[in-house]
Amino acid sequence: MDAIYYLDPTTQFVLFSIVKIVVAFVITLTFVAYAVLAERKISAWIQDRVGPNRATPFFAQYLPVIGPALVRLGIFQPMADGLKFLLKEDFTPAYVRKVYFWLAPALTAIPAFMTIAVIPFGSTLGNPNNPMVIADLNVGILYSFGIVSLGVYGIVLAGYASNSKYPFLGGIRSSAQMISYEIAMGMSVVAVFMVIGDLNLSKVVEYQGANILHWMAWKQPLAFFIFLVSAFAETNRLPFDLPESESELVGGYHTEYSSMKFALFFLGEYANMIAASAMMVTLFFGGWAYPWGGGAAQGFLGGVGHIVCFLVKMLVLMGVFIWVRWMFPRFRYDQLMDLGWRRFIPLALVNILVTALVLAALND
Amino acid sequence: MTKVVERKPLSLLERTYLPSIVGGLQVTWKHFAKSVLKGKPLTMEYPEEKWVVPEGYRGAPYLVKDQEGDTKCVSCQLCEFICPPKAIRITPPGPDGAPADRANAEKMPKEFEINMLRCIFCGLCQEVCPEEAIFLQRDYSLTGTSREAMVYNKQRLLELGGIHGGIQKWKHKLEEAREQEAFPVREA
Repeated sequence: MDAIYYLDPTTQFVLFSIVKIVVAFVITLTFVAYAVLAERKISAWIQDRVGPNRATPFFAQYLPVIGPALVRLGIFQPMADGLKFLLKEDFTPAYVRKVYFWLAPALTAIPAFMTIAVIPFGSTLGNPNNPMVIADLNVGILYSFGIVSLGVYGIVLAGYASNSKYPFLGGIRSSAQMISYEIAMGMSVVAVFMVIGDLNLSKVVEYQGANILHWMAWKQPLAFFIFLVSAFAETNRLPFDLPESESELVGGYHTEYSSMKFALFFLGEYANMIAASAMMVTLFFGGWAYPWGGGAAQGFLGGVGHIVCFLVKMLVLMGVFIWVRWMFPRFRYDQLMDLGWRRFIPLALVNILVTALVLAALND
Repeated sequence: MTKVVERKPLSLLERTYLPSIVGGLQVTWKHFAKSVLKGKPLTMEYPEEKWVVPEGYRGAPYLVKDQEGDTKCVSCQLCEFICPPKAIRITPPGPDGAPADRANAEKMPKEFEINMLRCIFCGLCQEVCPEEAIFLQRDYSLTGTSREAMVYNKQRLLELGGIHGGIQKWKHKLEEAREQEAFPVREA
Protein backbone atom coordinates (compact mmCIF):
# COMPACT_ATOMS: atom_id res chain seq x y z
CA MET A 1 0.00 0.00 0.00
CA ASP A 2 2.88 2.36 0.76
CA ALA A 3 3.87 2.25 -2.90
CA ILE A 4 1.10 4.75 -3.53
CA TYR A 5 2.97 7.44 -1.61
CA TYR A 6 6.00 7.21 -3.91
CA LEU A 7 3.91 8.15 -6.95
CA ASP A 8 3.86 11.75 -8.08
CA PRO A 9 1.08 13.95 -6.58
CA THR A 10 -1.01 14.08 -9.76
CA THR A 11 -1.17 10.30 -10.13
CA GLN A 12 -1.95 10.02 -6.44
CA PHE A 13 -4.75 12.54 -6.77
CA VAL A 14 -6.26 10.75 -9.77
CA LEU A 15 -6.05 7.36 -8.05
CA PHE A 16 -7.59 8.61 -4.82
CA SER A 17 -10.30 10.44 -6.73
CA ILE A 18 -11.26 7.38 -8.74
CA VAL A 19 -11.46 5.27 -5.57
CA LYS A 20 -13.54 7.93 -3.84
CA ILE A 21 -15.88 8.28 -6.82
CA VAL A 22 -16.46 4.54 -7.08
CA VAL A 23 -17.00 4.10 -3.34
CA ALA A 24 -19.30 7.13 -3.05
CA PHE A 25 -21.29 6.00 -6.08
CA VAL A 26 -21.71 2.45 -4.80
CA ILE A 27 -22.66 3.65 -1.33
CA THR A 28 -25.19 6.10 -2.77
CA LEU A 29 -26.74 3.41 -4.94
CA THR A 30 -27.04 1.09 -1.95
CA PHE A 31 -28.58 3.89 0.04
CA VAL A 32 -31.05 4.56 -2.76
CA ALA A 33 -32.13 0.92 -2.80
CA TYR A 34 -32.51 0.80 0.96
CA ALA A 35 -34.11 4.25 1.12
CA VAL A 36 -36.93 2.78 -0.94
CA LEU A 37 -37.22 -0.07 1.53
CA ALA A 38 -37.06 2.33 4.48
CA GLU A 39 -39.73 4.43 2.89
CA ARG A 40 -42.01 1.44 2.47
CA LYS A 41 -41.33 0.08 5.94
CA ILE A 42 -41.70 3.38 7.78
CA SER A 43 -44.81 4.24 5.78
CA ALA A 44 -46.24 0.87 6.75
CA TRP A 45 -45.46 1.38 10.43
CA ILE A 46 -46.97 4.83 10.46
CA GLN A 47 -50.13 3.41 8.92
CA ASP A 48 -50.25 0.41 11.29
CA ARG A 49 -49.35 -1.98 8.48
CA VAL A 50 -46.57 -4.54 8.14
CA GLY A 51 -44.76 -3.54 4.97
CA PRO A 52 -42.65 -5.75 2.70
CA ASN A 53 -41.84 -8.99 4.53
CA ARG A 54 -41.98 -11.75 1.92
CA ALA A 55 -38.91 -11.53 -0.31
CA THR A 56 -36.98 -14.68 0.59
CA PRO A 57 -33.85 -15.57 -1.37
CA PHE A 58 -32.81 -19.24 -1.44
CA PHE A 59 -30.00 -18.78 1.10
CA ALA A 60 -32.23 -17.17 3.73
CA GLN A 61 -33.42 -20.56 4.98
CA TYR A 62 -29.86 -21.62 5.83
CA LEU A 63 -29.36 -18.74 8.26
CA PRO A 64 -30.82 -19.95 11.55
CA VAL A 65 -32.44 -17.04 13.42
CA ILE A 66 -31.21 -14.09 11.37
CA GLY A 67 -32.64 -15.33 8.09
CA PRO A 68 -36.33 -15.16 9.02
CA ALA A 69 -35.75 -11.90 10.93
CA LEU A 70 -34.17 -10.30 7.86
CA VAL A 71 -37.03 -11.55 5.70
CA ARG A 72 -39.52 -10.01 8.13
CA LEU A 73 -37.67 -6.71 7.85
CA GLY A 74 -37.76 -6.94 4.07
CA ILE A 75 -33.98 -6.69 3.73
CA PHE A 76 -34.06 -8.69 0.50
CA GLN A 77 -36.87 -6.69 -1.05
CA PRO A 78 -34.60 -4.15 -2.85
CA MET A 79 -32.79 -7.02 -4.59
CA ALA A 80 -36.08 -8.42 -5.83
CA ASP A 81 -37.20 -4.96 -6.91
CA GLY A 82 -33.95 -4.31 -8.75
CA LEU A 83 -34.18 -7.64 -10.52
CA LYS A 84 -37.77 -6.92 -11.45
CA PHE A 85 -36.82 -3.57 -12.97
CA LEU A 86 -34.07 -5.20 -15.02
CA LEU A 87 -36.20 -8.06 -16.28
CA LYS A 88 -39.37 -6.18 -17.10
CA GLU A 89 -40.21 -5.35 -20.68
CA ASP A 90 -38.81 -1.97 -21.64
CA PHE A 91 -41.73 -0.65 -23.59
CA THR A 92 -41.47 2.46 -25.75
CA PRO A 93 -44.87 3.68 -26.90
CA ALA A 94 -45.18 4.33 -30.62
CA TYR A 95 -46.11 7.99 -30.34
CA VAL A 96 -43.21 9.25 -28.20
CA ARG A 97 -40.33 11.41 -29.38
CA LYS A 98 -37.75 8.66 -29.16
CA VAL A 99 -34.47 10.52 -28.71
CA TYR A 100 -35.72 12.70 -25.88
CA PHE A 101 -37.69 9.82 -24.43
CA TRP A 102 -34.45 7.87 -24.05
CA LEU A 103 -32.45 10.86 -22.92
CA ALA A 104 -34.79 12.06 -20.16
CA PRO A 105 -34.24 9.31 -17.54
CA ALA A 106 -30.48 9.71 -17.79
CA LEU A 107 -30.77 13.47 -17.47
CA THR A 108 -32.76 13.01 -14.27
CA ALA A 109 -30.51 10.46 -12.65
CA ILE A 110 -27.09 11.90 -13.48
CA PRO A 111 -27.36 15.36 -11.86
CA ALA A 112 -28.67 13.74 -8.70
CA PHE A 113 -25.44 11.81 -8.35
CA MET A 114 -23.21 14.67 -9.45
CA THR A 115 -24.26 16.82 -6.49
CA ILE A 116 -22.60 14.38 -4.13
CA ALA A 117 -19.19 15.25 -5.60
CA VAL A 118 -18.76 18.43 -3.56
CA ILE A 119 -20.07 17.17 -0.25
CA PRO A 120 -17.37 16.49 2.35
CA PHE A 121 -18.49 13.16 3.77
CA GLY A 122 -15.54 12.71 6.12
CA SER A 123 -12.37 14.41 7.28
CA THR A 124 -9.44 12.27 6.19
CA LEU A 125 -8.46 8.63 6.43
CA GLY A 126 -5.12 9.40 8.06
CA ASN A 127 -3.52 11.19 5.10
CA PRO A 128 -4.05 14.96 5.55
CA ASN A 129 -3.49 15.56 1.82
CA ASN A 130 -6.43 13.37 0.95
CA PRO A 131 -9.65 14.94 2.27
CA MET A 132 -12.78 12.83 2.14
CA VAL A 133 -14.52 14.84 -0.54
CA ILE A 134 -14.47 14.04 -4.22
CA ALA A 135 -14.06 17.62 -5.45
CA ASP A 136 -12.95 20.21 -2.88
CA LEU A 137 -14.29 23.16 -4.87
CA ASN A 138 -14.05 26.75 -3.67
CA VAL A 139 -17.51 27.36 -5.10
CA GLY A 140 -19.02 24.12 -3.87
CA ILE A 141 -22.46 25.46 -3.19
CA LEU A 142 -22.70 27.23 -6.55
CA TYR A 143 -21.74 24.00 -8.28
CA SER A 144 -24.39 22.03 -6.44
CA PHE A 145 -27.10 24.60 -7.18
CA GLY A 146 -26.11 24.59 -10.83
CA ILE A 147 -26.27 20.82 -11.03
CA VAL A 148 -29.53 20.57 -9.11
CA SER A 149 -31.18 22.97 -11.52
CA LEU A 150 -30.08 20.71 -14.38
CA GLY A 151 -32.26 18.00 -12.88
CA VAL A 152 -35.38 19.82 -13.99
CA TYR A 153 -34.46 19.32 -17.65
CA GLY A 154 -34.82 15.57 -17.37
CA ILE A 155 -38.32 15.90 -15.97
CA VAL A 156 -39.44 18.54 -18.45
CA LEU A 157 -37.99 16.50 -21.29
CA ALA A 158 -39.74 13.37 -20.03
CA GLY A 159 -43.03 15.26 -20.02
CA TYR A 160 -42.45 16.65 -23.49
CA ALA A 161 -41.10 13.47 -25.05
CA SER A 162 -43.92 11.28 -23.77
CA ASN A 163 -46.27 13.20 -26.06
CA SER A 164 -49.24 12.53 -23.83
CA LYS A 165 -51.24 14.84 -21.62
CA TYR A 166 -50.52 13.64 -18.09
CA PRO A 167 -46.75 13.52 -18.40
CA PHE A 168 -46.90 16.89 -20.11
CA LEU A 169 -48.83 18.46 -17.22
CA GLY A 170 -46.46 16.82 -14.75
CA GLY A 171 -43.45 18.20 -16.58
CA ILE A 172 -44.87 21.72 -16.65
CA ARG A 173 -45.76 21.65 -12.98
CA SER A 174 -42.39 20.32 -12.04
CA SER A 175 -40.45 22.94 -14.00
CA ALA A 176 -42.44 25.78 -12.47
CA GLN A 177 -42.09 24.30 -9.00
CA MET A 178 -38.38 23.59 -9.18
CA ILE A 179 -37.55 27.00 -10.60
CA SER A 180 -39.61 28.78 -7.94
CA TYR A 181 -38.17 26.92 -5.01
CA GLU A 182 -34.61 27.11 -6.24
CA ILE A 183 -34.78 30.86 -5.69
CA ALA A 184 -36.03 30.48 -2.13
CA MET A 185 -33.45 27.78 -1.49
CA GLY A 186 -30.58 29.83 -2.91
CA MET A 187 -31.58 32.89 -0.91
CA SER A 188 -31.91 30.93 2.32
CA VAL A 189 -28.30 29.76 2.15
CA VAL A 190 -26.95 33.23 1.38
CA ALA A 191 -27.41 34.11 5.06
CA VAL A 192 -25.52 30.96 6.06
CA PHE A 193 -22.56 31.85 3.88
CA MET A 194 -22.59 35.42 5.12
CA VAL A 195 -22.02 34.10 8.64
CA ILE A 196 -19.33 31.65 7.55
CA GLY A 197 -17.63 33.84 4.97
CA ASP A 198 -16.62 31.03 2.60
CA LEU A 199 -18.37 29.10 -0.18
CA ASN A 200 -16.19 26.00 0.18
CA LEU A 201 -18.21 23.27 1.86
CA SER A 202 -15.17 21.91 3.70
CA LYS A 203 -14.76 25.33 5.33
CA VAL A 204 -18.46 25.28 6.22
CA VAL A 205 -17.93 22.02 8.10
CA GLU A 206 -14.77 23.36 9.72
CA TYR A 207 -16.66 26.42 10.94
CA GLN A 208 -19.32 24.29 12.62
CA GLY A 209 -16.89 21.64 13.82
CA ALA A 210 -16.21 22.96 17.33
CA ASN A 211 -19.29 21.45 18.95
CA ILE A 212 -23.05 21.06 18.61
CA LEU A 213 -23.67 24.70 19.62
CA HIS A 214 -21.87 25.94 16.51
CA TRP A 215 -24.20 24.17 14.09
CA MET A 216 -25.81 26.54 11.65
CA ALA A 217 -29.25 25.04 12.34
CA TRP A 218 -29.28 26.97 15.65
CA LYS A 219 -27.66 30.11 14.28
CA GLN A 220 -29.86 30.33 11.20
CA PRO A 221 -33.07 28.48 12.08
CA LEU A 222 -35.13 30.39 9.54
CA ALA A 223 -32.66 29.65 6.77
CA PHE A 224 -32.73 25.99 7.77
CA PHE A 225 -36.52 25.88 7.74
CA ILE A 226 -36.73 27.49 4.30
CA PHE A 227 -34.00 25.23 2.97
CA LEU A 228 -35.75 22.15 4.38
CA VAL A 229 -39.13 22.97 2.87
CA SER A 230 -37.55 23.97 -0.44
CA ALA A 231 -35.67 20.69 -0.43
CA PHE A 232 -39.00 18.86 -0.19
CA ALA A 233 -40.21 20.86 -3.17
CA GLU A 234 -37.00 20.37 -5.15
CA THR A 235 -37.05 16.61 -4.67
CA ASN A 236 -40.76 16.43 -5.59
CA ARG A 237 -41.61 14.88 -2.27
CA LEU A 238 -44.93 15.15 -0.50
CA PRO A 239 -46.49 17.59 0.28
CA PHE A 240 -45.11 19.05 -2.95
CA ASP A 241 -45.33 16.03 -5.23
CA LEU A 242 -47.51 17.79 -7.77
CA PRO A 243 -45.38 16.67 -10.72
CA GLU A 244 -46.36 13.06 -10.09
CA SER A 245 -49.54 13.38 -8.03
CA GLU A 246 -50.97 9.91 -8.62
CA SER A 247 -54.54 10.89 -7.96
CA GLU A 248 -54.79 13.45 -10.74
CA LEU A 249 -51.94 12.86 -13.18
CA VAL A 250 -51.75 9.03 -13.10
CA GLY A 251 -47.98 9.05 -12.55
CA GLY A 252 -47.01 12.50 -13.80
CA TYR A 253 -43.92 12.83 -15.95
CA HIS A 254 -43.03 9.13 -15.78
CA THR A 255 -46.45 7.76 -16.73
CA GLU A 256 -45.25 6.41 -20.07
CA TYR A 257 -42.05 4.88 -18.75
CA SER A 258 -41.48 1.28 -17.79
CA SER A 259 -38.73 -1.04 -16.67
CA MET A 260 -35.23 0.36 -16.18
CA LYS A 261 -36.13 3.77 -17.59
CA PHE A 262 -38.74 4.17 -14.89
CA ALA A 263 -36.25 2.87 -12.37
CA LEU A 264 -33.86 5.66 -13.36
CA PHE A 265 -36.47 8.27 -12.47
CA PHE A 266 -37.02 6.49 -9.21
CA LEU A 267 -33.29 6.35 -8.63
CA GLY A 268 -33.01 10.04 -9.44
CA GLU A 269 -35.71 10.96 -6.96
CA TYR A 270 -34.13 9.06 -4.11
CA ALA A 271 -30.61 10.12 -5.04
CA ASN A 272 -31.89 13.69 -4.93
CA MET A 273 -33.27 13.04 -1.47
CA ILE A 274 -29.91 11.70 -0.38
CA ALA A 275 -28.10 14.64 -1.93
CA ALA A 276 -30.47 17.11 -0.27
CA SER A 277 -30.05 15.39 3.10
CA ALA A 278 -26.29 15.37 2.69
CA MET A 279 -26.34 19.04 1.76
CA MET A 280 -28.43 19.89 4.81
CA VAL A 281 -26.12 17.91 7.08
CA THR A 282 -23.16 19.80 5.64
CA LEU A 283 -24.73 23.25 5.79
CA PHE A 284 -26.69 23.05 9.03
CA PHE A 285 -25.62 20.07 11.13
CA GLY A 286 -21.86 20.23 11.13
CA GLY A 287 -21.18 17.70 8.38
CA TRP A 288 -18.91 14.89 9.53
CA ALA A 289 -18.02 16.56 12.85
CA TYR A 290 -19.10 14.83 16.04
CA PRO A 291 -21.62 16.75 18.18
CA TRP A 292 -18.90 17.12 20.82
CA GLY A 293 -16.39 18.48 18.34
CA GLY A 294 -12.86 17.31 17.71
CA GLY A 295 -10.98 18.32 14.55
CA ALA A 296 -9.85 16.29 11.55
CA ALA A 297 -9.23 12.63 12.24
CA GLN A 298 -5.71 11.43 12.95
CA GLY A 299 -5.85 7.76 12.02
CA PHE A 300 -7.83 5.51 9.72
CA LEU A 301 -10.41 4.51 12.35
CA GLY A 302 -11.05 8.11 13.32
CA GLY A 303 -11.73 8.91 9.68
CA VAL A 304 -14.18 6.03 9.39
CA GLY A 305 -15.88 7.31 12.55
CA HIS A 306 -16.39 10.69 10.92
CA ILE A 307 -17.86 9.10 7.81
CA VAL A 308 -20.22 7.03 9.95
CA CYS A 309 -21.20 10.16 11.88
CA PHE A 310 -22.01 11.89 8.59
CA LEU A 311 -24.07 8.95 7.36
CA VAL A 312 -26.01 8.74 10.62
CA LYS A 313 -26.92 12.43 10.46
CA MET A 314 -27.94 11.96 6.85
CA LEU A 315 -30.10 8.95 7.67
CA VAL A 316 -31.91 10.90 10.38
CA LEU A 317 -32.75 13.59 7.84
CA MET A 318 -33.87 10.96 5.35
CA GLY A 319 -36.13 9.63 8.08
CA VAL A 320 -37.61 13.10 8.44
CA PHE A 321 -38.25 13.17 4.68
CA ILE A 322 -40.15 9.90 4.92
CA TRP A 323 -41.93 10.81 8.14
CA VAL A 324 -43.20 14.13 6.77
CA ARG A 325 -44.68 12.31 3.81
CA TRP A 326 -47.49 10.94 6.00
CA MET A 327 -48.39 14.26 7.58
CA PHE A 328 -49.55 16.66 4.95
CA PRO A 329 -52.16 16.53 2.27
CA ARG A 330 -50.76 17.63 -1.08
CA PHE A 331 -50.61 21.38 -1.66
CA ARG A 332 -52.83 22.87 -4.29
CA TYR A 333 -50.89 24.36 -7.17
CA ASP A 334 -51.62 28.00 -6.35
CA GLN A 335 -50.85 27.39 -2.67
CA LEU A 336 -47.52 25.95 -3.68
CA MET A 337 -46.64 28.98 -5.77
CA ASP A 338 -47.95 31.30 -3.06
CA LEU A 339 -45.78 29.66 -0.42
CA GLY A 340 -42.71 29.83 -2.62
CA TRP A 341 -42.97 33.30 -4.05
CA ARG A 342 -44.96 35.25 -1.49
CA ARG A 343 -43.77 33.70 1.76
CA PHE A 344 -40.36 32.13 1.46
CA ILE A 345 -38.60 34.54 -0.87
CA PRO A 346 -39.52 37.64 1.21
CA LEU A 347 -38.70 35.74 4.41
CA ALA A 348 -35.33 34.71 3.02
CA LEU A 349 -34.61 38.30 1.98
CA VAL A 350 -35.51 39.56 5.44
CA ASN A 351 -33.28 36.90 6.91
CA ILE A 352 -30.37 38.08 4.77
CA LEU A 353 -30.99 41.67 5.84
CA VAL A 354 -31.21 40.86 9.53
CA THR A 355 -28.12 38.67 9.34
CA ALA A 356 -26.22 41.45 7.59
CA LEU A 357 -27.27 43.99 10.24
CA VAL A 358 -26.29 41.70 13.10
CA LEU A 359 -22.94 40.92 11.48
CA ALA A 360 -22.26 44.59 10.90
CA ALA A 361 -23.14 45.41 14.51
CA LEU A 362 -20.88 42.62 15.80
CA ASN A 363 -17.93 43.67 13.64
CA ASP A 364 -17.98 47.27 14.84
CA MET B 1 -83.96 25.48 12.74
CA THR B 2 -80.67 26.56 11.29
CA LYS B 3 -77.60 26.16 13.36
CA VAL B 4 -74.93 28.72 12.72
CA VAL B 5 -71.48 27.24 12.96
CA GLU B 6 -69.17 29.76 14.46
CA ARG B 7 -66.04 30.17 12.42
CA LYS B 8 -63.43 31.89 14.49
CA PRO B 9 -60.72 33.69 12.57
CA LEU B 10 -57.38 31.94 12.94
CA SER B 11 -54.91 33.46 15.32
CA LEU B 12 -51.49 34.50 14.04
CA LEU B 13 -49.86 31.37 15.41
CA GLU B 14 -52.50 29.17 13.77
CA ARG B 15 -52.06 30.95 10.48
CA THR B 16 -48.44 29.88 10.31
CA TYR B 17 -49.77 26.28 10.40
CA LEU B 18 -46.98 25.38 12.78
CA PRO B 19 -49.30 24.02 15.56
CA SER B 20 -51.02 21.76 13.01
CA ILE B 21 -47.67 20.58 11.70
CA VAL B 22 -46.54 19.67 15.20
CA GLY B 23 -49.88 17.98 15.85
CA GLY B 24 -49.53 15.97 12.64
CA LEU B 25 -46.02 14.91 13.54
CA GLN B 26 -47.28 13.75 16.94
CA VAL B 27 -50.03 11.62 15.42
CA THR B 28 -47.77 9.93 12.90
CA TRP B 29 -45.07 9.44 15.52
CA LYS B 30 -47.55 7.78 17.89
CA HIS B 31 -48.60 5.28 15.24
CA PHE B 32 -44.99 4.65 14.26
CA ALA B 33 -43.95 4.04 17.86
CA LYS B 34 -46.93 1.77 18.46
CA SER B 35 -46.15 -0.34 15.39
CA VAL B 36 -42.47 -0.63 16.20
CA LEU B 37 -42.66 -1.13 19.97
CA LYS B 38 -45.88 -3.08 20.43
CA GLY B 39 -45.54 -4.70 17.00
CA LYS B 40 -49.21 -5.42 16.50
CA PRO B 41 -50.23 -3.91 13.17
CA LEU B 42 -53.74 -4.11 11.80
CA THR B 43 -52.61 -6.20 8.84
CA MET B 44 -53.69 -9.82 8.77
CA GLU B 45 -50.95 -11.87 7.14
CA TYR B 46 -53.29 -13.86 5.01
CA PRO B 47 -52.10 -17.33 4.11
CA GLU B 48 -50.72 -17.91 7.61
CA GLU B 49 -53.46 -16.10 9.44
CA LYS B 50 -56.98 -16.75 8.23
CA TRP B 51 -60.07 -14.74 8.65
CA VAL B 52 -62.73 -16.35 10.87
CA VAL B 53 -66.03 -15.88 9.10
CA PRO B 54 -69.01 -14.70 11.13
CA GLU B 55 -72.08 -16.83 11.79
CA GLY B 56 -74.39 -16.92 8.78
CA TYR B 57 -71.62 -16.07 6.34
CA ARG B 58 -72.52 -16.81 2.73
CA GLY B 59 -69.58 -18.46 1.06
CA ALA B 60 -69.48 -21.08 -1.67
CA PRO B 61 -72.59 -23.23 -2.22
CA TYR B 62 -72.11 -26.97 -1.66
CA LEU B 63 -74.46 -29.95 -1.78
CA VAL B 64 -75.19 -31.65 1.53
CA LYS B 65 -76.09 -35.20 2.55
CA ASP B 66 -78.74 -36.16 5.03
CA GLN B 67 -78.15 -37.88 8.38
CA GLU B 68 -77.99 -41.30 6.64
CA GLY B 69 -75.28 -40.08 4.29
CA ASP B 70 -77.62 -40.07 1.29
CA THR B 71 -77.81 -37.40 -1.37
CA LYS B 72 -80.57 -34.96 -0.56
CA CYS B 73 -80.87 -33.39 -4.01
CA VAL B 74 -83.78 -34.72 -6.05
CA SER B 75 -82.71 -33.13 -9.34
CA CYS B 76 -85.68 -30.78 -9.51
CA GLN B 77 -83.50 -28.16 -11.24
CA LEU B 78 -85.06 -25.19 -9.49
CA CYS B 79 -81.62 -23.95 -8.49
CA GLU B 80 -80.41 -24.29 -12.04
CA PHE B 81 -83.29 -22.14 -13.26
CA ILE B 82 -82.99 -19.45 -10.61
CA CYS B 83 -79.22 -19.13 -10.65
CA PRO B 84 -78.61 -15.54 -11.92
CA PRO B 85 -75.16 -16.10 -13.44
CA LYS B 86 -76.12 -19.58 -14.70
CA ALA B 87 -73.39 -21.23 -12.69
CA ILE B 88 -75.27 -24.47 -11.96
CA ARG B 89 -75.73 -27.27 -14.45
CA ILE B 90 -77.68 -30.39 -13.52
CA THR B 91 -77.80 -33.56 -15.60
CA PRO B 92 -80.96 -35.48 -14.61
CA PRO B 93 -80.81 -39.28 -14.44
CA GLY B 94 -83.33 -39.81 -17.27
CA PRO B 95 -85.91 -42.63 -17.41
CA ASP B 96 -83.33 -45.41 -17.11
CA GLY B 97 -81.03 -43.74 -14.62
CA ALA B 98 -79.79 -45.11 -11.35
CA PRO B 99 -82.28 -44.98 -8.48
CA ALA B 100 -81.91 -42.33 -5.77
CA ASP B 101 -79.82 -43.02 -2.67
CA ARG B 102 -82.80 -42.29 -0.52
CA ALA B 103 -85.59 -44.84 -0.31
CA ASN B 104 -88.45 -42.45 -0.85
CA ALA B 105 -86.90 -40.01 -3.37
CA GLU B 106 -87.94 -40.37 -6.97
CA LYS B 107 -84.55 -39.50 -8.43
CA MET B 108 -81.23 -37.81 -7.83
CA PRO B 109 -79.01 -35.94 -10.27
CA LYS B 110 -76.63 -37.92 -12.47
CA GLU B 111 -74.27 -34.96 -12.44
CA PHE B 112 -74.42 -31.66 -10.60
CA GLU B 113 -71.89 -28.99 -11.53
CA ILE B 114 -71.29 -25.52 -10.10
CA ASN B 115 -68.92 -23.29 -11.97
CA MET B 116 -67.28 -21.41 -9.10
CA LEU B 117 -65.91 -18.82 -11.51
CA ARG B 118 -69.46 -17.82 -12.38
CA CYS B 119 -71.05 -18.24 -8.96
CA ILE B 120 -71.71 -14.96 -7.20
CA PHE B 121 -72.52 -16.47 -3.79
CA CYS B 122 -75.98 -14.87 -3.86
CA GLY B 123 -77.72 -17.70 -2.05
CA LEU B 124 -80.77 -17.94 -4.33
CA CYS B 125 -80.13 -21.67 -4.87
CA GLN B 126 -80.25 -22.24 -1.13
CA GLU B 127 -83.40 -20.19 -0.85
CA VAL B 128 -85.22 -21.96 -3.65
CA CYS B 129 -84.27 -25.56 -2.81
CA PRO B 130 -87.36 -27.47 -1.60
CA GLU B 131 -85.19 -30.31 -0.26
CA GLU B 132 -82.71 -28.14 1.63
CA ALA B 133 -79.99 -29.92 -0.26
CA ILE B 134 -77.71 -26.98 -1.10
CA PHE B 135 -76.24 -24.49 1.36
CA LEU B 136 -73.90 -21.56 1.14
CA GLN B 137 -71.04 -22.58 3.39
CA ARG B 138 -67.98 -20.94 4.89
CA ASP B 139 -65.42 -21.24 2.09
CA TYR B 140 -64.56 -17.87 0.61
CA SER B 141 -61.21 -18.60 -1.00
CA LEU B 142 -61.52 -21.02 -3.91
CA THR B 143 -58.53 -21.53 -6.15
CA GLY B 144 -57.67 -23.68 -9.11
CA THR B 145 -55.05 -23.79 -11.82
CA SER B 146 -57.47 -23.93 -14.75
CA ARG B 147 -61.01 -23.01 -15.65
CA GLU B 148 -61.96 -26.69 -15.68
CA ALA B 149 -60.65 -27.13 -12.14
CA MET B 150 -63.03 -24.43 -10.96
CA VAL B 151 -66.10 -26.36 -12.14
CA TYR B 152 -66.97 -28.44 -9.08
CA ASN B 153 -68.77 -31.72 -9.83
CA LYS B 154 -71.33 -33.59 -7.77
CA GLN B 155 -68.88 -35.81 -5.94
CA ARG B 156 -66.70 -32.89 -4.95
CA LEU B 157 -69.63 -30.73 -3.90
CA LEU B 158 -70.98 -33.54 -1.71
CA GLU B 159 -67.59 -34.10 -0.11
CA LEU B 160 -67.14 -30.42 0.64
CA GLY B 161 -70.72 -30.01 1.80
CA GLY B 162 -70.68 -32.77 4.37
CA ILE B 163 -73.66 -34.02 6.29
CA HIS B 164 -76.46 -31.69 7.19
CA GLY B 165 -78.56 -33.70 9.62
CA GLY B 166 -80.47 -30.86 11.14
CA ILE B 167 -83.53 -31.03 8.96
CA GLN B 168 -84.97 -34.53 8.77
CA LYS B 169 -88.02 -33.90 6.64
CA TRP B 170 -87.88 -37.17 4.69
CA LYS B 171 -87.10 -39.32 7.69
CA HIS B 172 -90.39 -38.32 9.27
CA LYS B 173 -92.23 -38.67 5.95
CA LEU B 174 -90.85 -42.18 5.57
CA GLU B 175 -91.88 -43.11 9.09
CA GLU B 176 -95.37 -41.79 8.40
CA ALA B 177 -95.56 -43.77 5.16
CA ARG B 178 -94.45 -46.98 6.90
CA GLU B 179 -97.00 -46.44 9.64
CA GLN B 180 -99.66 -45.99 6.95
CA GLU B 181 -98.68 -49.28 5.39
CA ALA B 182 -98.57 -51.12 8.73
CA PHE B 183 -101.93 -49.67 9.79
CA PRO B 184 -104.41 -52.50 10.14
CA VAL B 185 -107.33 -52.17 7.83
CA ARG B 186 -110.53 -54.21 8.04
CA GLU B 187 -111.00 -56.57 5.11
CA ALA B 188 -114.08 -55.68 3.21
